[in-house]
Amino acid sequence: MKISGAEIFIESLKKEGVKHIFGYPGGVVLNIFDALHDEKDLQLILTRHEQGAVHAADGYARASGKAGVVLVTSGPGATNTVTGIATASMDSIPLVVFSGQVPTLLIGNDAFQEADIVGITRPCTKYNYLVKDVKDLARIIKEAFHIATTGRPGPVLIDLPKDVTSGKTEFVWPESVSMTTYKPTYEGNRYMINQAAHMIAKAKKPVIVAGGGVIASGAARELKELAEYADVPVTMTLMGLGGFPGSHRLSLGMPGMHGTYYANRAIQESDLLVAVGMRFDDRVTGKISAFAPNAKIVHIDIDPTSIRKNVRVDVPIVGDVKRVLSVMNKVLKEEVSDQWQEVRKAWLKQVDAWKKERPLTYNRETDIIKPQYVVEKIYELTKGDAIIATEVGQNQMWASQFYRYDKPRTLLSSGGLGTMGYGLPAAIGAQFAFPHKLVIDIAGDGSIQMNIQELATAVINKLPVKVAILNNRYLGMVRQWQELFFQERYAHTKLDETVPDFVKIAEAYNAVGLRATKKSEVEPVLKEAFSIKRPVMMDFVVDWKEKVYPMVPAGAAIDEMLFAEDEKKSEKKLKAVK
Amino acid sequence: MRHTISVLVENKFGVLSRVSGLFSGRGYNIESLSVGETIDPNVSVMTIVTSGDDWIIEQITKQLNKLIDVIKVVDMTELDHVEREMVLIKVAPRAEDKAEVLRLAEIFRGRVVDSSPKTYTIEMTGDEKKIAAIVELLRPMGIKEFVRTGKIAIAREGIKKA
Repeated sequence: MKISGAEIFIESLKKEGVKHIFGYPGGVVLNIFDALHDEKDLQLILTRHEQGAVHAADGYARASGKAGVVLVTSGPGATNTVTGIATASMDSIPLVVFSGQVPTLLIGNDAFQEADIVGITRPCTKYNYLVKDVKDLARIIKEAFHIATTGRPGPVLIDLPKDVTSGKTEFVWPESVSMTTYKPTYEGNRYMINQAAHMIAKAKKPVIVAGGGVIASGAARELKELAEYADVPVTMTLMGLGGFPGSHRLSLGMPGMHGTYYANRAIQESDLLVAVGMRFDDRVTGKISAFAPNAKIVHIDIDPTSIRKNVRVDVPIVGDVKRVLSVMNKVLKEEVSDQWQEVRKAWLKQVDAWKKERPLTYNRETDIIKPQYVVEKIYELTKGDAIIATEVGQNQMWASQFYRYDKPRTLLSSGGLGTMGYGLPAAIGAQFAFPHKLVIDIAGDGSIQMNIQELATAVINKLPVKVAILNNRYLGMVRQWQELFFQERYAHTKLDETVPDFVKIAEAYNAVGLRATKKSEVEPVLKEAFSIKRPVMMDFVVDWKEKVYPMVPAGAAIDEMLFAEDEKKSEKKLKAVK
Repeated sequence: MRHTISVLVENKFGVLSRVSGLFSGRGYNIESLSVGETIDPNVSVMTIVTSGDDWIIEQITKQLNKLIDVIKVVDMTELDHVEREMVLIKVAPRAEDKAEVLRLAEIFRGRVVDSSPKTYTIEMTGDEKKIAAIVELLRPMGIKEFVRTGKIAIAREGIKKA
């Protein structure tokens, strides 16, 4: 029996086990939306902006590990997805984005709502397709899910001309994917793994740097096993938080620009860095020539281009992190004598001394609300058992510093692209994946305004999503840079009286709005919010002067940190760095 | 250092754009690029001449390999190989230089493929040095137009550079 392209789309998604599609209708996708209208097993979630749809699918994917799915119309619908797609691409998040397209005969004619979305998204997708024949549709959808979710995951876009979704053909679902040119390497080279294991055993001051690859490959258990067995401290990049328990005795927290003192010191002093599923982003390495000067580097990553892209590597291992680590653990246990006990004691003692010397801290002796206090309270009240989404900027860094992520897929944050407006839609997506979990977006007053319209999506779907706005009336992170590096010239970062009344906004959307202006109100507000089974937006009026510390100025080595407790001294240090 | 990289790709629309986009997006330099079908009509070969230190060339090779439509990447510079390029040169010599132009074409094993009362068009193939040499010699006689195909390269059979 012949069925339409729109029906093939639906059947194919069902075959892929998809339950939720985030999208927005429009002219050329009308027939797909019409076909979806009576569908019971596939829910189309209407967001209020296509960017919101992509971030929601992204949050869904990060929280669940499954590919997020998006459906939008052509032209502006498609171009509005670009920021979301680039966000997912930078952080290796599996998405399949379907965009409508004008009929094939009109392509290239500057037709109404036509955009060359395949051309536009080429550099920010893992792969993309323009379907020219309805006969190819099922195969292409199968391939797209395969590409998005295997190897180093990433977003795939499928452009669907209107005549393709209305055209009819037999539905033939391919059982398997055969692509001769796409074969990711999963098994690491055994010789290299052996070498790495021996280096770990012999190292006096080893450090593991865990990235998003640990979470993507589901290797948290193997990583913990390695760290505990070989007694190696672990630092987690922003994308890696949750890949190793933040409250573990071996955890060093996050490294880099706003990393902990002890993580950065440990990296700089180390004689062996074991980089696991991370890519040596500049926010992690700081000044590259001064990064980990004494360390040999073992680098495990599924993407060969990540290796030797930014830093020299002594032992490159291309492969799936989970498989490589489980082989490495086996080699360590069976083939290497555990000769490290004594030397490790000294190293861990040193690391603990650094932890005591400069813990993450802020002024707790004040009645104004410190943003860090809000994050700490959220951690305390949820006992760490929540999914946290963040926006981008100071809110994001405090959420990474003062909340400890013990499990993978509990922090959703735009790391690579740094997309403001990511958090609320991502939280919505995650809530769809886990309806009974507490999902909280830790936001800033700037970022939240970039996709605040998605409150409507949360309300209409009765999602108990919580938004905690750390409201400092500034674009805080940029303001912080202006204060430190631009002589306090606050060019266009002061929002002040233009910040809307978030409580009223929440109420206007038929959500709940709460506000705290004093420290003593923080806990009651949070408790009340967590007890309400509806969307709640909390406005925490925080100290606008607060800055994220420690901070490594751009271009400095990661041990050239500035600290809150010696801002005066920091000024001198800053001058020296300049 | 200069490298000649041979890239076998699926012969589909958009592939050239993926490859050239990779170079432009990451700031790599393309000195020349030539594309054509292989004996298998589903496969095309791109010959790209680029430059960079070992670090950059390694990234270029890896990034090309990562593209889903790429079948195989060979850095010809690491192999013993033959490189050729074809040029068409339209020369407008003075009357007294006409004989010299024809003589040069012959010395360089070029062919005159078009002539008019005022011009000769010479077709010639060769490696970079040979082409540079004829251009140098013809330049004083008045080169009116000059087009080149970009390099193509093929590995010599059975011999690997030590």
